[in-house]
Amino acid sequence: MNIEIEELAKEFGTTRALHPVSLSIPSGALVALLGPSGSGKTTLLRVLGGLEFPTSGRVLFGGQDATGLSVQERRAGFVFQSYALFKHMTVFENIAYGLRARPRKERPAEAEIGRRVNKLLDLIQLPDIGTRYPNQLSGGQRQRVALARALAIEPRMLLLDEPFGALDAKVRKELRHGLREIHDRTGLTTVFVTHDQGEAMELADLVVVMSMGRIEQVGKPAEIRAKPATDFVRSFTAA
Amino acid sequence: MSDIALTPPVPVTTEAPLIRALLIGVALIFVALFLFAPLVTVFVEALRQGWVAAIDALRLPDAQAAIRMTLTIAAIAVPINAAFGIAAAWAITKFDFPGKAFLITLIDLPFSVSPVVAGLMLVLLFGANSTLGGWLIANDMPIVFAFPGIVLATLFVTFPFVARELIPVMIEQGRAEEEAALTLGASGWRIFFTVTLPNIRWALLYGVLLCNARAMGEFGAVAVVSGKIRGETATMPTMVEMFYNEYLAVAAFTLAAVLAMLALLTLLLKSLLEWRHADLLAATRRH
Repeated sequence: MNIEIEELAKEFGTTRALHPVSLSIPSGALVALLGPSGSGKTTLLRVLGGLEFPTSGRVLFGGQDATGLSVQERRAGFVFQSYALFKHMTVFENIAYGLRARPRKERPAEAEIGRRVNKLLDLIQLPDIGTRYPNQLSGGQRQRVALARALAIEPRMLLLDEPFGALDAKVRKELRHGLREIHDRTGLTTVFVTHDQGEAMELADLVVVMSMGRIEQVGKPAEIRAKPATDFVRSFTAA
Repeated sequence: MSDIALTPPVPVTTEAPLIRALLIGVALIFVALFLFAPLVTVFVEALRQGWVAAIDALRLPDAQAAIRMTLTIAAIAVPINAAFGIAAAWAITKFDFPGKAFLITLIDLPFSVSPVVAGLMLVLLFGANSTLGGWLIANDMPIVFAFPGIVLATLFVTFPFVARELIPVMIEQGRAEEEAALTLGASGWRIFFTVTLPNIRWALLYGVLLCNARAMGEFGAVAVVSGKIRGETATMPTMVEMFYNEYLAVAAFTLAAVLAMLALLTLLLKSLLEWRHADLLAATRRH
């Protein structure tokens, strides 16, 4: 599903987190929102997910206006920075949460829920951890469980806030490939936020460089490297 | 390097044995003198004339009425304050709105106002000398020197316990899990019951127990508002005082012992729950 962002602005009180920004994300793309902290990238992601409402502007999902849709109606799979797994539930229950939260008519039967959760556990290559609690998992495992939980609701898109931020360098490299693989296999339009230009350049089809609430440049990693549009982009992407 | 290796290892985190013994001794004496001894005294005095006298004292109609009154008050005040405490803590920690700091101060008000003053405020507001109070009495709904007044006084005095217990826990937990549940399609009520409540249940239990202990033990505010009418508005703490003033030592201490046992019972209940759910507690605690 393609995402269109039209003249989107967000203010918190008197501070402007986002100046009007416009962006067009093609269906099935893996997009990185790249920028330093305070650049507005997380705000933009949260607006897409429906966790913040824009002060002005529109968001379109697959050509339909989604600006006023509630979080629940958006069906966006969201992976939070520190994963926000439910501490008091097992991994199985964490992943099943979205399915159990559906209205009774649309809720799958218990056996079907079990089947789907196990399939997702296979997808993240952790088939045997269903009975464990989140604090019994490593950082990398938690990230993958959060991904599985987001995928369980059969989302229309995948939104990830600094998905590798809490991990050490080695695990980070491994999980980059993991995310790429899951993206390619599900074909979901995926947007992730990062402050690490190496991560953005290696992983994304399309990189959106942001600074001070504005989009500085949008392009393929190679284009941005070859032709940085502004001094900021040049200095920020210089590895 | 070598001169470091030569010196014998000096333990940097422990005191000399003498000082250690002294510190532990002082702590133990303090606990025995100020916590344990008074509690034992209550039971000893209650049983001074034997079990029969103690049980007879509890059979006094005034004592029975006081016990009933206190249990009823706690049964009404604790659930109400638990519900409002959760609501206040939820509003304060999960949302931003103008006047938030004022609300937090307001919740703390009963802690800083003397219970006697709280009781007096109620008397002035709802007593026979105020317009509101006069109207209520004329319409046969007396509040002061009656049951509703005692409930109001208890509610006021015990209001902060649950909210105060919950707010720091909920601030520490943040909003991320609730937001995650939102993105997974859960409704507000579902999030509250499946995510928020399980996360705060231990703090909630503790707050409820503290609230309950205070609701049963409150003296000052209740003494002013209730008028301490025997058999009608006297609660256990006010009845203990009246018995004591009338030199009915056994009755006074027996009732006090029952009050103490109710408090010990709530603590036992808490320990029991913690013990039964020990593995879940360990699994969900942050590391």
